[in-house]
Amino acid sequence: MSDGWTSAISDFFIAYPLLLATVKSVLLAVALLIYVAYVILADRKIWAAVQLRRGPNVVGPWGLLQSFADFIKFALKEPVIPDVANKGVFLFAPFIMATLSIAAWAVIPVADGWAVADINVGILYIFALSSLGVYGVIMGGWASNSKYPFLSALRSAAQMVSYEVSIGFVIITVLLCAGSLNLTDIVAAQDTSFGMAGWYWLRLFPMFVIFFISALAETNRPPFDLVEAESELVAGFMIEYSATPYVLFMLAEYVAIVTMCALLTILFFGGWLPPVDVAPFTYVPGVIWFTLKVSFFFFFFAMVKAFVPRYRYDQLMRLGWKIFLPISLAMVILVAAVLQFWPAGPAGS
Amino acid sequence: MQAVFFYLFATSMIASAGVVIFARNPVHSVLFLILAFCNGAGLFLLAGAEFLAMILIVVYVGAVAVLFLFVVMMLDVDFAQLKQGFIKYLPIGVAVGVVVLAELGMVAIGWSSAPSAPDAVANPIIPQMSNTAALGQILYTKYVIFFQASALVLLTAMIGAIVLTLHHKPSVKRQKIAEQNARTRENVIEIKKVPFRTGV
Repeated sequence: MSDGWTSAISDFFIAYPLLLATVKSVLLAVALLIYVAYVILADRKIWAAVQLRRGPNVVGPWGLLQSFADFIKFALKEPVIPDVANKGVFLFAPFIMATLSIAAWAVIPVADGWAVADINVGILYIFALSSLGVYGVIMGGWASNSKYPFLSALRSAAQMVSYEVSIGFVIITVLLCAGSLNLTDIVAAQDTSFGMAGWYWLRLFPMFVIFFISALAETNRPPFDLVEAESELVAGFMIEYSATPYVLFMLAEYVAIVTMCALLTILFFGGWLPPVDVAPFTYVPGVIWFTLKVSFFFFFFAMVKAFVPRYRYDQLMRLGWKIFLPISLAMVILVAAVLQFWPAGPAGS
Repeated sequence: MQAVFFYLFATSMIASAGVVIFARNPVHSVLFLILAFCNGAGLFLLAGAEFLAMILIVVYVGAVAVLFLFVVMMLDVDFAQLKQGFIKYLPIGVAVGVVVLAELGMVAIGWSSAPSAPDAVANPIIPQMSNTAALGQILYTKYVIFFQASALVLLTAMIGAIVLTLHHKPSVKRQKIAEQNARTRENVIEIKKVPFRTGV
């Protein structure tokens, strides 16, 4: 492509900013959904490998097309809506859930300057959307008009609200260190000469651990998957869902997991920054580093699912309120004090 | 563009506020209340107050409305009984509504911004600062006493609610994590040699 063409294209998009935003969003959404399709496959494969099984291996080479086959199967099935269900809310709940989880990606910078919307309150935006995610669960559980979905919706709502508190405090400590609510600035603040050791995972190690565990709870992943504890609640709040509405719930769940991995990457693992700031590493584009790091965290999500037994509900609540909340609250005070009285210290940039 | 979004948010906010009152199902009312909150956040965004918009969503939609929804879903409201006294209480309700509307009207007619406000908007104290940072700057310096006092009020309310609802029944067995963790093999397990054909 010659220079004339590129400048003509860039002029065109500068003239129509709304069109540019649309193109960017569609590209990001498509990339995200394809990534999620393979994340689902990876989840099943890792789980299978831990249990010495092969996992899905029939559709496509090494089972690579399994997620797409599943999607087509679900999309072609007949959606069954229970007679006593509150139909509007019943169908609206999965849409809300899927929309909100994908919308969070609008502010996530996948490389330097590669965010659809580089807004000043980016992290608050993600926090707000993740706090809205609970509505999909409650609405779905209530509208099904059945006992098990309702019970598990209440459970999961309480769980998500509880862990949001400690996630909020963890985010505050990172914000204190970075001095900005903008996700791009938070990554830029980790760009020190120490490379990987300068990222926040080392400086805020306890917070990193708390955030990881809270992210598991917030996305209802095992060992905190009490929403769909098969042994007691059949299949959680989505018992009555089938076909496309069910796919939307499942998609929302996995997109939320990938979002949490992306947040871990941005807040604690230096976003698109290379682990070592020397020649061969700096040639790799930022978006590849970002994807690698997200995949790295997803691997841990999958491993935790494979080998940690499910928590009991009261243990889950105790962990959230009696352990994580005091620790993260104390860390907020500690980090703020260190920043105030020792600005040149390890917490400062 | 701004105007289009303003009218979009404003009309859907008023419409959903109307549905909150007219919906027959209280759960639908709460859901439309949430929609009204979201539209309010949209209006804040248009006004350039992005921090307030996000906080409105996090606090009201993410926390307060969830509690509303919990309560409304859990309570078994009997609509027929609720509707019974409707005609009887209608005059009182209308009277209260009229009074509130009149008061709001009086405030709206007599409302004017402070004389120094246009000047302050034109010359911000700290130029080139995002409004989130500016808000923080002023909350934690100039208004720190009020900020702390309101936090104390909320803390008191929270403690009050906990004290009112917390009952420790002596008959209920509770799990004591520290005690469980302190158990060792020595003081829990006892190995006995059982003589053959005599028992313990």
